[in-house]
Amino acid sequence: MSALVKIRDLRVEATTDIGRRVEIIKGVSLDIAGGEVVALIGESGSGKTTIAMTLLGYARPGLKISGGAVLVDGVDMVTLPENKRARLRGAKVAYVPQSAAAAFNPAMTIMDQVIEVTRIHNLMSPADARAKAVNLFKALSLPEPEQIGARYPHQVSGGQLQRLAAAMALIGDPKVVIFDEPTTALDVTTQVEVLRAFKAVTRKQGVACVYVSHDLAVVAQIADRIVVLRGGEVQESGTIREILEAPRHPYTRELLGAFTPKIHAHAPQSDAAGRQPLLLVEQLTAGYGPGGRHVKAVEAISLRVERGSNLGIIGESGCGKSTLARAIAGILAGYDGNITFNGRELGRTIKNRTRDELRQIQIVFQHADTALNPAKSVEEILGRPLTFYHGMKGKARDARVDELLDLVHLPRAVRHRLPGELSGGQKQRVNFARALAAEPTLILCDEITSALDTVVAAAVIDLLKELQRELSLSYIFISHDLSVVEAICDEIIVMYRGRKVEEITPAHVKAPEHPYTQLLFSSVPKLDPNWLDTLRQDPDQVRAYALR
Amino acid sequence: MTRASASSPVSGWFGYRINPVGLFGLAVVVFWAVVALLAPRFIPHSVGEIVDTDYFGPISRELWFGSDYLGRDMFSRIMMGARYTVGISLVAVILAGFSGIVLGMIAAVSGGWVDTILSRFLDALNSIPSKLFGLVVVAAVGSSIPVLIVTLSIIYTPGAFRFARALSVNINAMDFIVVARIRGESLLYLIRAEILPNILGPVLADLGLRFVFIVLLLSGLSFLGLGVQPPYADWGALVRENIGGLPFAAPAVILPSLAIASLTISVNLLIDNLPRKIRDRSSGS
Repeated sequence: MSALVKIRDLRVEATTDIGRRVEIIKGVSLDIAGGEVVALIGESGSGKTTIAMTLLGYARPGLKISGGAVLVDGVDMVTLPENKRARLRGAKVAYVPQSAAAAFNPAMTIMDQVIEVTRIHNLMSPADARAKAVNLFKALSLPEPEQIGARYPHQVSGGQLQRLAAAMALIGDPKVVIFDEPTTALDVTTQVEVLRAFKAVTRKQGVACVYVSHDLAVVAQIADRIVVLRGGEVQESGTIREILEAPRHPYTRELLGAFTPKIHAHAPQSDAAGRQPLLLVEQLTAGYGPGGRHVKAVEAISLRVERGSNLGIIGESGCGKSTLARAIAGILAGYDGNITFNGRELGRTIKNRTRDELRQIQIVFQHADTALNPAKSVEEILGRPLTFYHGMKGKARDARVDELLDLVHLPRAVRHRLPGELSGGQKQRVNFARALAAEPTLILCDEITSALDTVVAAAVIDLLKELQRELSLSYIFISHDLSVVEAICDEIIVMYRGRKVEEITPAHVKAPEHPYTQLLFSSVPKLDPNWLDTLRQDPDQVRAYALR
Repeated sequence: MTRASASSPVSGWFGYRINPVGLFGLAVVVFWAVVALLAPRFIPHSVGEIVDTDYFGPISRELWFGSDYLGRDMFSRIMMGARYTVGISLVAVILAGFSGIVLGMIAAVSGGWVDTILSRFLDALNSIPSKLFGLVVVAAVGSSIPVLIVTLSIIYTPGAFRFARALSVNINAMDFIVVARIRGESLLYLIRAEILPNILGPVLADLGLRFVFIVLLLSGLSFLGLGVQPPYADWGALVRENIGGLPFAAPAVILPSLAIASLTISVNLLIDNLPRKIRDRSSGS
């Protein structure tokens, strides 16, 4: 059987604002057979989404398909006129977006949106379409398949919405479905269920899939073949076994290398019991609404951080881990409980804390995009805390900015650039250097690697460890990603719905006691392609804890 | 695709791309600004001097723009009128813009009751029809240039406030503001260094539009006889006093109208086509 999709020497180029052309995709060729699942994997900017979009004959604004052919079932999407392409979209090639929440219209019921494709293409009567949608809901193991269509998008959970987006894509019986990072925004416990549903339904319907992702472990569960991309070129392609067991290309090896968990070498505990802890949080309760008591995000959390050691806080979205960090940093006005830092009780708000207390605790946010002022150069961003806390000016300040850039392994030339002119990893380094500029003793890292690619995230973690050795810092490391926390922390707190459920050390990660911790840890995808099929989770646990 | 290197980049100056339409707008605005500054030096006749025996005289070699309803030289009157129209409007727009933007940023950053009081007060001010407000104030206090400037800037402050506040609220929700707050920065630093640079572009464009509205309102007030007082006249006043020449197609009524149109349209063209910074730096150096 000949391939269903044939991409031949595909080239896509972008035009910059002075009219210079930049080639984004540099001659990519690949085949997809009917019913085959092919994963496109690579870091952000590698062109994986751009290639997937060309199957729809679509290039994002500013981009242009400049050469090559994309044959879908014998039809070249590149040369096809737009009105004929529109007829194929949804009927022959369908698309599942990364964020289903943004892709659904909040003002229409789910059913109306799911069957919209059949109406546009006149595929079947509305009644038939509804019956078919309900069958798809069942196949995707959605709860209450008969009634869920009558709800509005905000009335279902994120994991359910992602599966509904898949139902929307599958209703027109397409031959190819493009999944664009469909589980990246989901929690791990939710991801397991969504991946299972995708796998079951695409197998059953025999559709070919293009699965775009940067997560090798997720891809290993669902794909037949992997194509590794970098800089708009195919680096390596092969079956999952070939790629995982015998990677040939250095970049693939690097990608796999970033995956092997590195267990943090325990910091030498110099008789911690007798000494004063750096940070002591006792019975902290915080929330939102009037007086912070309307919705409790954090309930009665106690924790301690020793000088020079790291604490990990792990939990899924909505468990209150960021609220906890904000309370410690003093951003959250109202909370109950005590925070003692260096033996002194901290004021509840920024106004009640001394400048020196503020200097010693620094917070680094997840999104470096929003944490750096886009109108200021790197030099100004790093220079401000130096002037503010240490009164540095002129040459002394310039020299210190250079030192900071060296510390975070950035070239000194970036000091004149604006944040928008840096890559994601570089931005996160600047973000971190700004915290270092204050010369703090404790840094709160709020999901700082979540927005980064695997390889870049691994480099940032290594950097944090190195800086800790040199500057005797302590970190509170907040993440939903166990492997990241494991790699850097001496102690780990597991949070669930605002409460601390378990406190463990990395040595005991393999044997957690609390059922939620067990569920959370078992849900982290492994590189083994059989992991999802052989994963057995206690259904009672799943029902009790997974927020689906 | 070998065209990649061959395609010539659009001309850029100092890392900015300049649009010819914007350049045209700038030229006209600069022209009127120069006229406003230098008018007393080159006008052939005094503003009040009656030089023509005929009224609503046509364009001639002696009187380039014809004469008005009293036989005064229109060319001199329009050149001098630029001083009032451009000058008063410019000062008023700067005052309105400054107070509106500063208050807007303070409201956004402070939040709480400061925001509520400022917003409600300026909303109340905004609800008064602008022409009516101008009429009442000028009728009560009497017309003079400072009164006109203050009145015009009060009328246009609420709009600038609303615009700046809406932009600042979005910026205020960003993490870098939180970072600055927990560094212990003062309100002044927050609005000056963190917020202002991020809202400057749209705010300047908005001020350009507001300048046009002020020119039109000032001309409107003058048309009603409440603006600049005779024998001096801004362009609006020139249109009003010569309105009787309309049936004779007198240049005295058409030319000041054209002057108003040229200034307002050029300002709009300019602000819609401000130089844009070129982000693609990789081709250079």
